[in-house]
Amino acid sequence: MNAIIALSLFGISNLFLGFLNNRKILLPATLLFVLIALGLNLADWNHEYYWFHNMLKTNNLSINFTSIILVATALVVAISRGFGEDEEHTHPAEYYAILLFSVVGAIMMVTFQSLFMLFVGIEILSVAMYVLTGSDKRNLRSNEAALKYFLMGSFATGIMLFGIALVYGATGSFDINGIGNMVNQAKLQDIMLNPYGPILYGGIILIFVGLLFKISAAPFHFWTPDVYDGAPSIFTAFMSTVVKTAGVAATYRLLSISFPAVYGLWGNPLVYITCLTLFIGNITAVYQQSFKRMLAYSSISHAGYLLITVLAKTPTTNSSILFYSLAYSIATISAFAVLMAVSEAQAKTGKTDESFNALNGLAKNNPLLAFALAVSMLSLAGIPLTAGFFGKFFIFADAFSNVSSLFKTIAVVAILMSTVGIYYYFKPIIAAYLKKGDLEKIELSPIYKLTLIITTALTILLGIAPDLVKNIF
Amino acid sequence: MLTLTLILLPIIAGLLTLSTKGENAKVIALVAALVELALGAYTFFAFVPDATSQFGVSYNWIASAGIKFSVGIDGISLILVSLTTLVVPFIILSTFQNNYEKASTFYSLILFMQAGLVGVFTAKDAFLFYFFFEAALIPIYFIAAIWGGENRIKVTFKFFVYTIFGSLFMLLALVYLYIKTPTHSSEITALYETARLLDASQQGFIFWAFFIAFAIKMPLFPFHTWQPDTYVEAPTAGTMLLSGIMLKMGTYGLIRLLLPIAPLGVKAWGTVAVVLAIIGIVYGSIIAIQQKDMKRLIAYSSFAHVGLMAAGIFSGNLDGIQGSLIQMLAHGINVVGLFFVVEIIQQRTKSRELSSLGGITQTTPQLTVLFIIIMLGSVALPLTNGFVGEFLLLKGVFEYNAWMGAVAGLTIILGAVYMLRLVQKSMFGTTTSLTEGFEDLGLTERATLLPIATLVIVLGIVPNIILKASEPAVSQLLSIINK
Repeated sequence: MNAIIALSLFGISNLFLGFLNNRKILLPATLLFVLIALGLNLADWNHEYYWFHNMLKTNNLSINFTSIILVATALVVAISRGFGEDEEHTHPAEYYAILLFSVVGAIMMVTFQSLFMLFVGIEILSVAMYVLTGSDKRNLRSNEAALKYFLMGSFATGIMLFGIALVYGATGSFDINGIGNMVNQAKLQDIMLNPYGPILYGGIILIFVGLLFKISAAPFHFWTPDVYDGAPSIFTAFMSTVVKTAGVAATYRLLSISFPAVYGLWGNPLVYITCLTLFIGNITAVYQQSFKRMLAYSSISHAGYLLITVLAKTPTTNSSILFYSLAYSIATISAFAVLMAVSEAQAKTGKTDESFNALNGLAKNNPLLAFALAVSMLSLAGIPLTAGFFGKFFIFADAFSNVSSLFKTIAVVAILMSTVGIYYYFKPIIAAYLKKGDLEKIELSPIYKLTLIITTALTILLGIAPDLVKNIF
Repeated sequence: MLTLTLILLPIIAGLLTLSTKGENAKVIALVAALVELALGAYTFFAFVPDATSQFGVSYNWIASAGIKFSVGIDGISLILVSLTTLVVPFIILSTFQNNYEKASTFYSLILFMQAGLVGVFTAKDAFLFYFFFEAALIPIYFIAAIWGGENRIKVTFKFFVYTIFGSLFMLLALVYLYIKTPTHSSEITALYETARLLDASQQGFIFWAFFIAFAIKMPLFPFHTWQPDTYVEAPTAGTMLLSGIMLKMGTYGLIRLLLPIAPLGVKAWGTVAVVLAIIGIVYGSIIAIQQKDMKRLIAYSSFAHVGLMAAGIFSGNLDGIQGSLIQMLAHGINVVGLFFVVEIIQQRTKSRELSSLGGITQTTPQLTVLFIIIMLGSVALPLTNGFVGEFLLLKGVFEYNAWMGAVAGLTIILGAVYMLRLVQKSMFGTTTSLTEGFEDLGLTERATLLPIATLVIVLGIVPNIILKASEPAVSQLLSIINK
C-alpha cells in the first residue's frame, strides 16, 4: 500500500520537476517512480494488511493486479516520448503527474475493502482520465472525446453511488466482507424470507452500471470508440490497459467476496452482458477502417472474454484473469506503440491517417515495428506461440470447469467471435507485410525500441512458457 | 530423443537460413532437408514394428495445467513423418530454378513448416498437437501470401480464417475433454480413457467439433471452397506443402483423435461423414475433368483423393485405415511430382492453360516418361504406389457399405479420365506457339522427378515395408475404438 502513498508524492514531485526547464529528465524520472512503486508493492508479497481503518486491504491477488497495472504504466511511460517537442502547447510535467495520480486511483480499485474506497478510486482514476483525454486541446476530436467521456462517466459513477447506497441499505455495511456475511446470513437471495432482497438486487445492478462502464462492456460501451479515437494515442493505450484491468479486478473482487451467495441475481444478467459484449465488440470491429477504432472495439471484445471467467467463478479464475489481463495489456501497448510511431511518421508527410492503409508496406523499411505489430495482433487474436493463446485457453478451461451447461453455449459464442477476431486482427498484418507502401524508415529512440522489444519478447515468452507467471498468480 | 531432433533440426536450420543472404539460403535449406531425410530414413529402418511409441521424449511443459511436451513415433506417425522428411527435400529442390525475392525468408519458412508438421505427426499430448497444428499454419500462410499470385492476399486470407475457424472447434473439444479427465491431463491416451465416460450426445458434440476442424483442413465437401483458389494462388512450393503434407494433418487427426475419442459419435454420425466424403470424390472428379488450368485440375484431383482417404478412415476397419495411411504417403509423393511438372511447363511456356499447350512430348522424352509414370501412380494403376492404397481403401469402404463402396469406386474411372486428359492435352497433340522448342529436363529437375518416379514404382511393388510398419499400431487403435 506504500505504493499509493509513494505514487501520490511522486506525482507532486513530478509537478515540481516541471519547473526545471529540462523536459528530458521527466520521462526517466517518472519511469523510476513507477518502478519504485512496483518494488514497494512487491514488498508486501505474502502478507495481508489492512490500511486506513480497514478501508483497503492488500493480499497477493491485489498485489498481482497492482503489479500488472504498474508494469503497464511503466510501458506506457516508456513510449510517451516526453509528450512531443512542442514547447508551447504541451505540459509534460502535468501529464506525467496526472498519469501517476490516476494510477493511484487504479490501485485503490484493486485493493478496496470498503465500497467507499471503490468509489473514490474510480473517481480519482476517472477525473484524471477526463483531463488526459482532452489534453490535446487544439484538437476538436480530443475535446469532444473528453466532454463525452466526462458526461457519460459522471452519470455512470453517479448511478453506481446510488447502487452502493442501496446495498448499504439492504446489508448495513460498506465493508465487502461485512456485506458478504450479511448476504449469507439474512438469506437476501430469497425475497420471501427477506424483504430487503429487491433493494439488494437493485443495488447490485446499479453498481454493475458503474463498473461495466469502466471496462466498456456492452451495452455500456458507446463512449469507448469515440473516446479512444479522440484521445491522444498514448492515453488511449493507458485507458485500454490500466483502466480496463483495474475495472475487471474491481468487479471480480466485489462479486467474488460480497455476492457469491446471490450468484443467481447477478449471474444471469452478466451472461447476457458477456455474450452481447463479445458479439458487439467483435462484429463492429470488422467494419472499422481506422486502426485505432479497431483497437477500441477490440478492447470491448476482450472485456467480454474477461467477464466469462468472472462468471465461471472456478478456483482458477484468479490466475486466468491475471494472465489474460497481462497478455492483453502487453500486446495492446505494443500495438499502440507501433500505431503512434507510424502515425507520427505519416503526420510528418502531411497525412493524418490512422486507417489500416497507413501501415501499408511497413515491413519493408521497419522490420522491428512490423514484427512487433504482427506479434501483438497474433496475441490479441489468440494464435498459439503467443501469450494471448494461453489467455484464451485458460478462460475456455474455466468456462468448461463450471458444470452449468450454459457455459458450453458461452464457450461456443466465444469461439465463433474469436474467429471473427482473427479476421480484423489480420488486417494490420496484411497491410504491413503484404501491401505496398511508401513508408520511410522511422527513427525510434532507444527506449522506445527497447519497449517494443520487451513487449514482443514477453508476448512470445509467455506464449511458450506461460508457467513463468502462471505459477506466481 | 530422435523425435525431438527431427523437430528441432528444421527449426535450427531455418534460423540459420534466415540469417544468410542471397543464393546460400537455398543450399543451406536443401542440405538441412537432406540431413532431415537421412534422420527420417534412419528412424524408418530403426523402428521396431510393434504397437509401441518409440524414440520419444516427455518433458513437463505447463506443469500447472498438466500439459506435457511429449512426442514419440508409433506405426501411424512413422508413415507421416517419413512422408514429411521425404517430400520436403524435393520441394526445396524443385524451387532451384526460381529466384525468389527475400529467399532466406522463403526457405526458412519452409523449414519452420516442416518442424511444425513433424510436431503434429509425433505429438502425444493433445495440446501439443493443437499447438503444432496451428503453428504449421503460420509459415504456409506467409509463403502463400507473400510469394503467391495476383489474388493471393484475398485468397490466402480466406484460407487462413477458414482453417483457424475449424481448429478453434478442435480447441473447444480438447478443452472440454481435458476438463473431464480426472487428473487434468491432456495426454492423448488419457483423453481416450476419459472419452469412455461420456455418453452418446457428449461424444456427438466432440465428433462434430473435431470433424469440422479436420474436414476444413483436408478439405472435405462442403468445406473445400478455400482449397482450389489457395492451391492455384500459392507459389508451387507452397502448393506442394499444402497438398503433399498439410492436408494429411486432417486425415491424421481423424485417425489419431476423432476415431478413438468419439467412437459413439462415429457410430451415430459416421455415415454422414462417409457420404460427404464420397460426394467429394465424385464432385471433385467431375469438376477436375472440366478444368482448363493444370494446377486447378490437380487441386480438384487432390480434393477427390482425400475424400476417398476420409471415407476409408470413417469405415473404421483395418483395411480402410491401412489403405488411407499408405495412400497418404503415395498421394503426397505423387502430387508433389505432378505440381512440379506443372511448374516446369509453366516456367517454360508461361502458361498453365491446357488449350494453349500440346506437343511437348516431341522434344522431351525424359519429361514425358517421368510425367506418365507419376500420372499412372495417381491413377492407381497396379504396380504403382497409388494402387495399393486405393485398393485397400475401396475394400474398406465396401466392407462398410457395399453401395457406398460402389459409388466410391467411380474414382478409378473418373480419375483415369481427368489424369489422362491432363497428360494428353498438355503433352501430346500438335505443337503450339508456346510449346515450340520446349527444352527437356535440366539437372535439378531430373534430380527431383527421377527419385519421385522411382518411388512411385518401388512403393507399388513392395508396399509391405509400409504396411508392416503401421499394422500393429492400427490394430491397437482399432481395439481401443471397439472396446
